[in-house]
Amino acid sequence: MKRILALFLVVVALSSPAQAKLKIQQITSPGGINAWLVEEHSIPFTSLEIRFDGGTALDDPGKRGSVYMMAGLLEEGAGELDATAFRNRRDALAASFSFDAGADSVAVSAKFLTENRDQALDLLGMAINKPRFDQTAIERVRAQILSIIAADKKSPRKIASDAFYRMAFGTHPYGSSGTGTEKTVTALTRDDIVKAWKDSMSLDHVYVAAVGDITPEELGKALDKLLGGLPKKGKALPAPAKVALTGGVSVIKFPAPQSVAVFGHAGISRDDPDFFAAFVMNRIFGSGDFTSRLTREVREKRGLTYGVYTWLAHYRHADLMMGSVSSANESIAKALRVIRDEWKKMATGKVTGEELDAAKRYLTGAYPLRFDGNARIASILVGMQLDGMPVSYIDTRNDRINAVTLQDVERVAKRLMKPDDLRIVVVGQPVGLKATD
Amino acid sequence: MRRLITILSLFLFLVPLQALAAGNVTTFTLKNGMQAVVIEDHRAPVVMHMVWYRVGSADEQPGKSGIAHLLEHLMFKGTKRFGPGKFSAIVAANGGSENAFTNYDTTAYFQRVASDRLGMVMEMEADRMRGLVLTDNDVKTERDVVLEERAMRVDNNPGALFTEQRRAAQYLNHHYGIPIIGWRQEVEKLTREDALAFYRKFYAPNNAILIVAGDVYPDEVRKLAEEYYGPIAPTPDLGPRNRPGEPPQLAERRLRFSDPRISQPYVIRTYLAPERNPGDQRQAAALTLLAELLGGSGLNSVLGQKLQLEQKVALNTSAFYDGVSLDKTTFGLLVVPAKGVSLGDAEKAMDKAVAQFLKEGVDRKKLASLKNQIRASQIYGRDSLSGLARKYGDALTAGLAVKDVQEWPDILQSITPQEIIDAAHKVFDRRRAVTGWVMKQDSEAVK
Repeated sequence: MKRILALFLVVVALSSPAQAKLKIQQITSPGGINAWLVEEHSIPFTSLEIRFDGGTALDDPGKRGSVYMMAGLLEEGAGELDATAFRNRRDALAASFSFDAGADSVAVSAKFLTENRDQALDLLGMAINKPRFDQTAIERVRAQILSIIAADKKSPRKIASDAFYRMAFGTHPYGSSGTGTEKTVTALTRDDIVKAWKDSMSLDHVYVAAVGDITPEELGKALDKLLGGLPKKGKALPAPAKVALTGGVSVIKFPAPQSVAVFGHAGISRDDPDFFAAFVMNRIFGSGDFTSRLTREVREKRGLTYGVYTWLAHYRHADLMMGSVSSANESIAKALRVIRDEWKKMATGKVTGEELDAAKRYLTGAYPLRFDGNARIASILVGMQLDGMPVSYIDTRNDRINAVTLQDVERVAKRLMKPDDLRIVVVGQPVGLKATD
Repeated sequence: MRRLITILSLFLFLVPLQALAAGNVTTFTLKNGMQAVVIEDHRAPVVMHMVWYRVGSADEQPGKSGIAHLLEHLMFKGTKRFGPGKFSAIVAANGGSENAFTNYDTTAYFQRVASDRLGMVMEMEADRMRGLVLTDNDVKTERDVVLEERAMRVDNNPGALFTEQRRAAQYLNHHYGIPIIGWRQEVEKLTREDALAFYRKFYAPNNAILIVAGDVYPDEVRKLAEEYYGPIAPTPDLGPRNRPGEPPQLAERRLRFSDPRISQPYVIRTYLAPERNPGDQRQAAALTLLAELLGGSGLNSVLGQKLQLEQKVALNTSAFYDGVSLDKTTFGLLVVPAKGVSLGDAEKAMDKAVAQFLKEGVDRKKLASLKNQIRASQIYGRDSLSGLARKYGDALTAGLAVKDVQEWPDILQSITPQEIIDAAHKVFDRRRAVTGWVMKQDSEAVK
């Protein structure tokens, strides 16, 4: 079987998987709004992705949850339509809209048919430009959010990550959940919601990608209608967040048979010259693939977990190297011991040529396969803009991965992987695990 | 699933209800009985390759719950030709992704790769249809992984624990009442012999369906399928899937479940309901529309309008029905009460709203709008290769034919208001229902 594997690799080396034939147009609307467009006329609909830089990080002090609630209210009535009339109209058009607020951006995702595109865009434009924020809708959405907050307090995973972020970022918005707390959400007023809307949805923060049955001219016209009425300038983006994590183990008692752990320390920026080396290193170390070291050691060899992962977390204003694992209360200590040992081993920077090769082959081969489906492509393209990447990134990205050497991985691993700095937060009833604080 | 088991969501919403126009779908059957469906989509050079077996957790022997799912995990342990980890390593080295999942009626394996790698994944998938090699240690370690998976999905999640109890009460005899992942005490005792016996019995070309979706042409798929799957001998004595059926259900069941980890109480009721059957899908279509009308599109549904908007007694409402099932399925209603509203009052409000709906009949404008959305969802549905492939795989392993999948959208469009009301009257019989109160603390609970 060694021979067969080798044969496949030879084949692969000779012909890398076919490249996607993606034609991205950068357009500017008559009103000056920029967008990336891929025309795809084979299915009569369009996927549209809009992002506003900032997100819940723009919440005013004491108003945590205002941007999140605002996003939840955008489909609760606009212009002359109350919540029910708005939904009836959307359903009659068979359009799909979704509004969400994340740590760093507000997201508007839409799908609409070609046959009634203008009406669908009119309706979406109303939601974005003329949301009503009716008091009855505010109370309804507030009750739903309070119920989410209550549920989060009973979710071991959420308890762990909330505690981890609190330790990492303190009073910076990243240090608390964007949904807000029971106290802040209860106190939010309509004025707070209106301010959150003006702060977080403005033309200086907007990015757009569209994929589907629409021409550049049609998209340009649509953009002015959709976004033209928004404030030119929104609230300034927050200051960079300092990662305040210290090494150690925190245990939060929770009555559950399985413990959940979230762990990590400071990470590496996407702009760092060694970013691609770190990206390749993480594939080898903790990607969750069956070839990754952590999955091999913790799951495949020892059966201690269903899933163990690490990832490079990139926020607009901070970077982390994070991971998670869950294991029975009786075995979590052992799982974490194995992870810590692997972390130490990775910190020496030693990986084999085979590991590096396999990681590069996967990452470069999988990349073109991601550009599959209008909705997927639109979401990748808007994400690239949010991360400040040019269109040409798509063509150079694989070369930069292929350029990563064993020395690059060693250098970045030594710099990035700090076993003594690891902060581990465990939620459950772990046996044989001592908290250090 | 190896990474994600299929857990039916309580909050089903409008999903693409059909695949492509028949013109893009081609079917053929190999001489050894392996059925194949090819769905063409040439937008991107990607292909989804899936093999679905007509066996799921509901086909397990009593006392061996979880063996279908454990075997699915073990299928990644290697063969004589492709040793431990090799299959995954080769797929990854080609930029592909792969996984598998187990459901009540099916077990499926899939890889998503560049379309010029189709032959490569077929070769390996065909090899493990008969060639699996297992050691006792593989089984022991993977059983621990599955128990951790169970802890994560179920034991650490009171809502999932209750779903197990509810389904066990819903099905008096059918194995749909047993969790896909298995009861813990039975999973703990599963052995290598159990896994291999299940494997030898059910993994055969004449018990499998090949689904290939993406940038491929039917002729080329057929050639590759004949080359790789064609030589595998069928299993001659595969009988029909006769599984324990339900006796008449004559007694209403009511459950009270409490767990301190429940933050939000809710009331849920499921009724035993007919499923989609070959050539006979009208009743299931009526129930599909009924679920959408009662609790589909959030606030615009009957329950949303009455309980959330008008009476303000609910925080959330839902109605759900999935007709793709080999045997009898369920129709469900769910109400999450608003603060200060008791579960008893929430249940009463739910029953009253449904009774009123049955009396007043279907709002024709709402039905027209819903049918238009269903038509649109066929268009949106064409965007997702894996969604299309799964639609066919789910249907075919639940006893439906390609023709049934293709007729389904037209049947939905043709359903009359009266058929919806008739279907509702037939299904809403409390003697065939389980009603559950899920709460943090039960004042009446006996310690």
